[in-house]
Amino acid sequence: MTASFFGGIHPRDQKALARDHAITPFPPPAQVVIPMVQHIGAACTPLVAKGDHVDIGQPVGDGQGLCAPVHASVSGTVKAVEARPHPNGTTVLSVVIENDFQNTLWREIQPRRTLNGLSREALVDIIRQAGIVGMGGAAFPTHVKLTSAMGKVDTLIINAAECEPYITADERLIVEHPRRVLRGAVVLMQILDLPMVTVAMEDNKPNAANALLEVMADYPSVCLKLLKTRYPQGAEKQLIQTITGRQVPPGGLPAQVGCAVFNAATCAAVGDAVWDGMPLVQRVVTVSGDIAMEPRNLLVPLGTSFSDMVDAAGFRQNPYKVLSGGPMMGLAQFDLSAPVIKGVNAVTILGDKNRYFAKTPHCIRCGRCIQVCPMHLMPLKLYSAERRNDLAALAEFHVTDCIECGCCAYTCPGCLPLVHSIRTGKQKVKS
Amino acid sequence: MPGKVKYFYELTVASSPHIHSPSRTWKIMGNVLLALLPALVWAVIVFGFRALTVAAVSVAGCVFFEWAFRKIRKQDCTVGDLSAAVTGLLLALTCPVTIPYWIILVGDFFAIVVVKQLFGGIGKNFVNPALAARAFLFSWPVDMTTWAAPWTKPGIISAADAVTSATPLNSLHTGQLPAESLLDLFLGKTAGSMGEISALLLLIGGLYLVIRRIISLRIPLAFLGTVAILTFLFPQGNDRLPWMGYQLLSGGLMLGAWFMATDYVTSPVTGWGKILFGIGCGAITVFIRYFGAYAEGVSYAILVMNLCVVLLDRVGRPKRFGVEKKEGGK
Repeated sequence: MTASFFGGIHPRDQKALARDHAITPFPPPAQVVIPMVQHIGAACTPLVAKGDHVDIGQPVGDGQGLCAPVHASVSGTVKAVEARPHPNGTTVLSVVIENDFQNTLWREIQPRRTLNGLSREALVDIIRQAGIVGMGGAAFPTHVKLTSAMGKVDTLIINAAECEPYITADERLIVEHPRRVLRGAVVLMQILDLPMVTVAMEDNKPNAANALLEVMADYPSVCLKLLKTRYPQGAEKQLIQTITGRQVPPGGLPAQVGCAVFNAATCAAVGDAVWDGMPLVQRVVTVSGDIAMEPRNLLVPLGTSFSDMVDAAGFRQNPYKVLSGGPMMGLAQFDLSAPVIKGVNAVTILGDKNRYFAKTPHCIRCGRCIQVCPMHLMPLKLYSAERRNDLAALAEFHVTDCIECGCCAYTCPGCLPLVHSIRTGKQKVKS
Repeated sequence: MPGKVKYFYELTVASSPHIHSPSRTWKIMGNVLLALLPALVWAVIVFGFRALTVAAVSVAGCVFFEWAFRKIRKQDCTVGDLSAAVTGLLLALTCPVTIPYWIILVGDFFAIVVVKQLFGGIGKNFVNPALAARAFLFSWPVDMTTWAAPWTKPGIISAADAVTSATPLNSLHTGQLPAESLLDLFLGKTAGSMGEISALLLLIGGLYLVIRRIISLRIPLAFLGTVAILTFLFPQGNDRLPWMGYQLLSGGLMLGAWFMATDYVTSPVTGWGKILFGIGCGAITVFIRYFGAYAEGVSYAILVMNLCVVLLDRVGRPKRFGVEKKEGGK
């Protein structure tokens, strides 16, 4: 019997729009923009200069500490190293590469026949060199997560919950390439020295579950757990709670409760890096949305612009919002020249129908926000504390515990901008 | 040919989430009105069309005062959220059908302007507007305690010639079991406030709200359960079970437990807070019914407990995620 997390919501999952579209390679664009920040942590320093020639997979930026290198996703010439729009809304130093369409691979990319003789540390280093970060959205450097988890964890979870509406990138990846995901999962298992790995998936993806079950005979240490579909099932803390019943302490890391969680796409990237020697230069992105004309799952070279993605799917009416990610936690974009980076699992195009707003947002104290908060918070208290600028109350009601999943704002009948207010509150407490 | 994004500034940028559930305040309030409809229809059947005109005047009064106040203050019009209509209907249902129209309009004014809007409008009042107005209307005690006998149909224009009768609660107050049968009380064939007489129809309305997930069972069950236990334990020299039954089915208990105590704004938001709130309402109701000068205690019990909501929510605060020990506020 699995435990379960508190609260949560059941938005319409809208996955049928893109679910049956096989992953199609996106034609390499004439130009890619590789930002030096594609992860949580320190920015990379560019390793190339204007005019240099680069090959696919060649590192173009690297740094120290909490950092993962970035690589060229096409071959060609470095056109510029300059600040460019970033999906997070700022501008970030980026390497702009003009595609020569020769598709030459970097010379150091070599597949491995066996992993024998590679120590755990060596495997972690390969993952670091490949620039792998959490591909579910948070983009935490995977090698740092592994290093901090080594020797401390007893449970390894592969997160294939994919609970956000519209997104089907991980689902398609598993349906089409279950072995690529599992071979990566096995590598992670070896690094963490565990006998078993659990793949956690919501039960609204029968095709993906079947694809895994078909190949599972070859991976005896993998076990599949189907979970009740409920947002935010794929949030790291909630997933750990569902699988193990443990709660990650406030401000703590999963390793503190003996767990390590990796996204399914991250696993595939780990497998590709370790076996094929291929760094993280492309990823599957779902381009969908209620007004998307042709929702798709695309295999996209990192650095491709959002506008190319949006054009690939097209839209029926003027887009109201274009999101990096899904509709619950995604970031609204205003400059579509921003590039797809490692953590972007979806581009969601929303139409005017999603415009919701109350002329007079109000709290009727219905308590729904408390009933749905998976972090056991009282969003209505945080909202009023933020409006009053009451820093003591913000801290007392644990504003920093919020994972910004959006359940409270989604469910609020008074249409209060709860998440917006809580984000502001976090900033106020910090400063 | 797919369209191209030409003007990036046409895109809207806002904090996530970017989708919203269909739940809205006006839908919730609309459902409350719907749940009160059976009780109103029954009032019309038992007391005649004056019940309908009193309710209509009260709803119209509340909506008007809300509209006018916000207009004068140059604030957004909020009558569309239907909360004023709910207040108007609830106030009417807690009054005798013979109440003069001008008195109920005074009540509407007190509920909407003094209790609700002066504190900032919807969600800001700390006591239930309908109940506070009802308490205020006891400035006219005779009008508030003149009960038309069932099936007598007082006049629509003037109810001065109405045939009056005592309510079951009056005999309970003297320590006697009422003459009416328990079934009459359950179905609502007795004298009393317009909307409180039929326990059955109020129960149906309340359960409708529970099924639509608009209210939880916590407050009504804790409220009714406490009244049941206390009246069973202290039957005032009567047979325990009938005494308990009459206490549960008479007066405004059902209306209060299902529709007044569950008012979002003035009840706790936390699970344990709700249970404690219900228990407090029940205990004070019985206390007033037993020891008060006035026969009914429900509305005052709820008003008193309204004032404790902040404290109760502190007690009921959810346990922090990832922390072993429960911490209860300051």
